[in-house]
Amino acid sequence: MFVIDSITHRLKRGCETMAYPKGPAPALPDRHGGALRVDATKCADGCRECVPVCPTEAIARVSGRPVALDLGRCIFCAACVEACPSSAITQTNDHRMAVRLRDDLILGDPAREEVRLAAALDEKLRKLFGRSLRLRQVSAGGCAACEADTNVLGTIGWDLSRFGIQFVASPRHADGLLITGPVTKNMELALKKTWDAMPEPKIVIAVGACAIAGGPFVGHSQVNNGAASVVPVDLYIPGCPPHPLTILDGLLRLLGRLEERKVGS
Amino acid sequence: MSHSASFALLANGTSLPWSEVPQTAIADFVRATAGELDRGGRLCSWFGVPEGNGVRLVAVIAFDADNTLAVGRSLPVSGGYKALTATHAQAHLFEREVWEQHGLVLEGHPWLKPVRKNNATVNAPAVGEFFRVDGREIHEVAVGPVHAGIIEPGHFRFQCAGEEVLHLEIALGYQHRGMEDALPGGPHRATMSQMETVSGDATIGHATAYATVLETLAGTEAPLRAQWLRAIALELERLANHTGDLGALANDVAFLPTSSACGKIRGDFLNLSALVCGNRFGRGLVRPGGCRQDLEPERLAQLSARLSTALADVEQAANWFWDSASVRTRFENVGTVYANQAGEVGLVGPAARACGLVRDVRFDHPTGWHRFAQLPVAVWPGGDVFARARVRWLEIQRSGQFLKEQLASPPDGGIRDELAPSAPETLAVALVEGWRGEICHVALTNESGRFRRYKITDPSFHNWTGLALALRGTAISDFPICNKSFNLSYCGVDL
Repeated sequence: MFVIDSITHRLKRGCETMAYPKGPAPALPDRHGGALRVDATKCADGCRECVPVCPTEAIARVSGRPVALDLGRCIFCAACVEACPSSAITQTNDHRMAVRLRDDLILGDPAREEVRLAAALDEKLRKLFGRSLRLRQVSAGGCAACEADTNVLGTIGWDLSRFGIQFVASPRHADGLLITGPVTKNMELALKKTWDAMPEPKIVIAVGACAIAGGPFVGHSQVNNGAASVVPVDLYIPGCPPHPLTILDGLLRLLGRLEERKVGS
Repeated sequence: MSHSASFALLANGTSLPWSEVPQTAIADFVRATAGELDRGGRLCSWFGVPEGNGVRLVAVIAFDADNTLAVGRSLPVSGGYKALTATHAQAHLFEREVWEQHGLVLEGHPWLKPVRKNNATVNAPAVGEFFRVDGREIHEVAVGPVHAGIIEPGHFRFQCAGEEVLHLEIALGYQHRGMEDALPGGPHRATMSQMETVSGDATIGHATAYATVLETLAGTEAPLRAQWLRAIALELERLANHTGDLGALANDVAFLPTSSACGKIRGDFLNLSALVCGNRFGRGLVRPGGCRQDLEPERLAQLSARLSTALADVEQAANWFWDSASVRTRFENVGTVYANQAGEVGLVGPAARACGLVRDVRFDHPTGWHRFAQLPVAVWPGGDVFARARVRWLEIQRSGQFLKEQLASPPDGGIRDELAPSAPETLAVALVEGWRGEICHVALTNESGRFRRYKITDPSFHNWTGLALALRGTAISDFPICNKSFNLSYCGVDL
């Protein structure tokens, strides 16, 4: 009975893997808000309402300059959106926010209202990794949330391995590192050793506000304010934690598997 | 109930002026604490508060059957004192911490070594020497800090005779982010976000403890509807994590139907938290003074409907698992922690309840919404992997039932009040039954109402010793299922 029951249940459930990216992306939860957009032309002169409400000091306004919001530091609490009297900072509901350059996460300057989404790896690396990317994950002070939402990509709903992307147990088997956490001083040696143990060529992906810029722990003497202070980073995926869809978008974008697609409507 | 004059009684989620916390000379204080533990008390927290050139020790003890807590403090100590650990093992990690943080010499502590201090010459934890078993047949296995899967870092050192583990020592500290060092003088701008990431999969638990501390320091409580929302979010957190754990246990014994299903259903529960507040881990929901988002009627209806589906799915996945003799055989009599050991080392949460111990903050020390709506305590005897899995399954069912009842009768009213400033020179205690067990936050304010000391005790701080005990006499190949059956937090300990 047990075997027959199991097979019946299995058949009843069918394929549970989402259609994305061939089909439309699943919607973000309506209260998630997605990436932020900063239209500094709407800022009133001298207004600094958003600056003190940001828990991670991701927003700065130097006099004479437009407001600058660092989406890398942002934990997406939307306190600034609530505080802004002129709707200069808004939520886009867009899950896409992975970038290649740290600077591409700084919003506010003219023509820089939104993140500049990641370009794919160069031709040579794309040939190597485009259809088969093995990643080693290192948590270096991560709180287990970025780790959990990376792990979830391996479940049947997301099925990351259909893109040829897998997480491996040894750095010797890996093409890249996926780092979470602010990189604590206590993990610095272990992270460096993991990086050194990987064969060339290799890439690094920083997932979450902590790994990009230290997150809520920025400035603590016990942490390094992000992965880039220890290893060179090729892809930044913001969030606290990033939604699994945001992580998947970043990975596919890096491998050049989303380029031609225009998402969002 | 009689109690020693060295302690003042208080209820969970309340505070006491610092001057009214009884003080005793350290030797008497250690003796009095030992006496309270001997007559059934449980050490929730034990920490130092620097004062002048010395340090005061503070003890928070729970009397579960009497639904009360006791707090006491020592007179300032300098130099050292005779360790409580010498007679009461549940103090051992607390006293290692006191030694590390305040430099007190702890006479008679059997295993004094760092908890999370940095070795600055190499930038790794100063873990110290490991206990070694000598003998020609003995071999040592070292695992971590970087593990094979996507999990947090820690180091495990096994002393083995063949396949059998004689001793396991667990060295943490890799995740140390300086949480407690940052708190004096607070709350700061980042404090709330830091509290939400003490242990990221227990965001609601820690955020609720922190909010409760600030509310009691302000002499108020959150609006009832906010307390109701927090209770709902706490059970959603428990459902997601327990479901994930059942799936992970199934995976480790190669029972893939339940593993695959639970991986997805866990996400369904996380998405319910996201439905409530936008974040799959409940971030941004709980704030001192109440909650930030409400469950309006349509959202509540959607939550109820999706919850029923997810609960039905998890029931089916769990039944596959329990119906399989091969799964049950792999879990039974593996990684056993005996009830007397569990009591001695002070286990909490599902790990304690799987040894038959009736310990659950929601039931024993109800605060917030749990004063009005109780959950029965889910216990199972045995102390093995099977019992820990079984308790999780019982709790999934009870949490589901609780949520169905609560969602059917929401209280009216607002969700957030402006909070008054914190009372100066006051000690506040809040316990919350997170999904791993008792989360304990203790705050002491200075003369201007800012934090003078803030002590966080994650349930994992009590329970890692349980995992070490579970491995004794167990085959090393069973480490993965033993580890999953506890599924403890690294960053919650490392802070």
